[in-house]
Amino acid sequence: MIIGLDVGGTHTDVVLLDENGLQRRIKVATDASSLFDAVFSGLTHITRDIPADQISHAVLSTTLTTNAIVQQKLPTVGMIVTCGPGIDPEYFRTGEHYYLVAGAMDHSGREICTLDEQAVRDAADKMKAAGIEYVGVVGKFSIRNPAHELRIRKIIAPMFEKVFLGHNISGSFSFPRRIATAFLNASIYPVHKNFFEAVKQSLEQNGIDLPIYILKADGGTMDFDTSIDFPGQSILSGPAASVMGSIAFAPPDAETIVLDIGGTTTDMAVLINGVPVLAPHGIEINGYKTLIRALHTQSVGLGGDSVVRVSGGELTIGPDRSGPALAYGGPEPTPTDALFVLGKAGEGDREKAETGITAIAKQLGLSTQQAAQKIFDQTCRQILDYARQMVEKINSKPVYTVREALHGHSISPTHLLVLGGPSPQFAQHLESMSDYTVHMVPQWDVANAIGTALSRTTCEVTLFADTYKLEASAPEEMFVQSLKPGFKLADARQMAEDLLKKKAIREGARTEDLETDVLEEFEFNMVRDFRMIGKNIRIKIQVRPGLIHEYRQIAEKIPRDPAR
Amino acid sequence: MLKARNQTGLIFFPAYDWAISPTHPEREERLLYTQDQIFEEGLFDIEGIRELKAEVVDIEDVQRVHFCVPDARSVMTESHFISAGGAKTIGRARMDGLVDRGFALVRPPGHHAMRVVHGGRGFCNVNNEAIMIEYLRKAYGIDRVAIIDTDCHHGDGTQDIYWHDPDTLFISLHQDGRTLFPGSGFSKELGGPTAAGTTLNIPLPPYTSEEGFLTVIKKAVLPILEDFKPDLIVNSAGQDNHYTDPLTNMNFSARGYADLTALLKPDIAVLEGGYSIENALPYVNVGIILAMAGMDYSFVTEPDYSPQRLYQGSSITETIEKTCEQVLDIWRDRENIRIRMQENVIYDQRKRNIFYDTDEIFETQNETLHVCRDCSGAYKIDSSADNGNRILAVHIPRKACRNCRDIGYKWFEETDMGSYGMIILQDRLEDQYQVRKK
Repeated sequence: MIIGLDVGGTHTDVVLLDENGLQRRIKVATDASSLFDAVFSGLTHITRDIPADQISHAVLSTTLTTNAIVQQKLPTVGMIVTCGPGIDPEYFRTGEHYYLVAGAMDHSGREICTLDEQAVRDAADKMKAAGIEYVGVVGKFSIRNPAHELRIRKIIAPMFEKVFLGHNISGSFSFPRRIATAFLNASIYPVHKNFFEAVKQSLEQNGIDLPIYILKADGGTMDFDTSIDFPGQSILSGPAASVMGSIAFAPPDAETIVLDIGGTTTDMAVLINGVPVLAPHGIEINGYKTLIRALHTQSVGLGGDSVVRVSGGELTIGPDRSGPALAYGGPEPTPTDALFVLGKAGEGDREKAETGITAIAKQLGLSTQQAAQKIFDQTCRQILDYARQMVEKINSKPVYTVREALHGHSISPTHLLVLGGPSPQFAQHLESMSDYTVHMVPQWDVANAIGTALSRTTCEVTLFADTYKLEASAPEEMFVQSLKPGFKLADARQMAEDLLKKKAIREGARTEDLETDVLEEFEFNMVRDFRMIGKNIRIKIQVRPGLIHEYRQIAEKIPRDPAR
Repeated sequence: MLKARNQTGLIFFPAYDWAISPTHPEREERLLYTQDQIFEEGLFDIEGIRELKAEVVDIEDVQRVHFCVPDARSVMTESHFISAGGAKTIGRARMDGLVDRGFALVRPPGHHAMRVVHGGRGFCNVNNEAIMIEYLRKAYGIDRVAIIDTDCHHGDGTQDIYWHDPDTLFISLHQDGRTLFPGSGFSKELGGPTAAGTTLNIPLPPYTSEEGFLTVIKKAVLPILEDFKPDLIVNSAGQDNHYTDPLTNMNFSARGYADLTALLKPDIAVLEGGYSIENALPYVNVGIILAMAGMDYSFVTEPDYSPQRLYQGSSITETIEKTCEQVLDIWRDRENIRIRMQENVIYDQRKRNIFYDTDEIFETQNETLHVCRDCSGAYKIDSSADNGNRILAVHIPRKACRNCRDIGYKWFEETDMGSYGMIILQDRLEDQYQVRKK
């Protein structure tokens, strides 16, 4: 059996699944000031009376690191940065303890300035004196040659609790994002580590000894040990949980938009033949642009509790929420109140809802019924507009080859999958207002926790091979290998795949789940002085985000109706 | 917080699956290291810089500029459609107000492509800038355009296309034609009788350095632009003046290119040549992009940059200053030059031999311009290539007078097909392209 736990803004959803489907589901209130209680009580409740050896593991998606960043509750950490020509690296300063030291690599990984080791020692001394324990080390083009980052770590490692190196984070270019990502990893490391160690310890004290996996923003999982080295990957896992909870129900041969309609926001994502689309770079949070892999999701301020207003004679919905609907004791009219007026909602104070909507109706010169219908229509229409814009954004991504420019695939989704609290009311209306075929995700109110439980371990590897230098390297994997003459693209692909599988297993994957995709593959003739000297090969390969093998059939076994 | 002062649009289309031939300078690898540098700098993440997706150009856009023989699809590869499309996308973004400025980093280049196209010359088949400009004139009604060509090679294709157009100012800075392909671009080449002085050539001695280039911009180009008052400034941004370029002999630098861009303030830049793919292009392009965006580029230098080593000798400086004076004289005297050139001439003839080095085609052209006092004049080009293709190409300009329109149609309709494979009419009044075949 597997436990899936997803911490949301108001509720924490916990499910227990086995090969026969959903065995238990609970919701506990989330108290943002004590996430630990939500997680711990969720886990103890769901496992009550179940022998520990029956449970294989738990996968957790929490808002812990996300909240820490958004609320800026982070410890002071240090950065040591090396940089060659380009933009002034002072622009990427992360805080007071940001030290630029001499040393640089060029775009091809050639050392163009030697490392100033004394400056590294001086920076380390200053950080140490300031009581800093966590340090990020980032070099421009370190993914092409990590020598300086490695040397810096060697010098400073004995002085600090934990050092994060830029080239280990991702094989993608972007020095500013590498700096931001290393900085965030260092900053959230203690809160992440302490939290999950406390969870593990408390569970053990209660006789529940479980391997713990953490959900990542790319819809995959990582084991606890991996998360200690890459805590940043746990940021913004929430939207991924919902997407993963819907993919079992997406048509395998069509393009689908996933809509997670909540109280405050609606989160959107796109599935191509059941596989989620990845964001082009990495997550963005609180002004930090990162290299943290993520699903392409979009969050818009439209939900069941969005505030409904009339301004300048025009009806507006959201983007803010000021509390629950009037019908549930809230302060302002909302789309949920409109549903009460339309007779589409169940228990609540219908009278209060009506009073609120009537006030809106008067300003619009409509009857209460008409106003309610207008509010509901407009909410749905705006959600559909945002969904269309997201698809346009994905389709307008620039391409770099003639083949893609002329024959590239342009997505045009035909299906909508709806989940989240108000799904039943919205799904039908969205279908009547659009050309999409609309379905609700079974167990729509805990589908996110189901997705969390069933996601497989994912990872990515970038491989650079240069058949002139006869060298292959995979920065994230600390892998450097010399090559034999005659090394070809197919050899590089094999090498990348081997590295990927090794990495995935190390981070908690099982062999039956290693479905891989080549995300990028280029082979360039390198010509110098009008003579071909070798090939420059680049491959980016991933374990595709998806559900674990033996649970793929579980979809049919999950009852549609949440009442259980 | 890093922020662009000017909203800047970028098209990056490196055509990673297209080459003239595997070891040709114009090959897949050309913009690879530039991409690495641009991505590593995080330029596309900067607030105010946006990357746009190149569109595919329409045949009609090509036919507004070129006479392609036998037709556009035969002389263009797929990559040309996207490269020209990239320039068009940037032009549209600029005119729609989506961006203040734009840079199309596209390949293949285009500034050696002339009005008539039998094949590729100087790695160019169709003229990306001209296709963009004529589209913008048609779609947005802009009129006066200045093209400043800062590629190391003379922009002879662009010069040819705008030779008879007084509303397009074409200024080319390049290595002296006596020392480099295509061997043209001397200051006496100044345009046809109805447009003399709006073509200006500034040949520069080999080993011209930052000082020389920036002198030309400050002393000649900027004052002339001030006079001309263009609606749009386009920079044909070749990057082969760099001191490491393998095909040329100049001493320009990344910082110099950025300074040049900051002075020139082009609305739109389009990449042309530049073949020092590892040691120049990554730095030059970052410099140009930052300068376009109005950002600090003082940290952009090549790892081996040394201003002392690139110092420009005094004789070079003198030569350049003299050339600037000559060009300014031509510019100031252009009305008189036109009057002298038009005196007693009704039809002006131009006979030329053109070599398509990329495709090894020889072409002979006999051009006849109606020297009109009311417009820039209709003209026809009798063009024969040594591959057996012969056409008569008739061009009616954008602002043609009634009489020139009639002359153009008369040439098109009444010329005996004789040995012509095609007679083609480019009617810019009606935005039409018509072909007569045997």
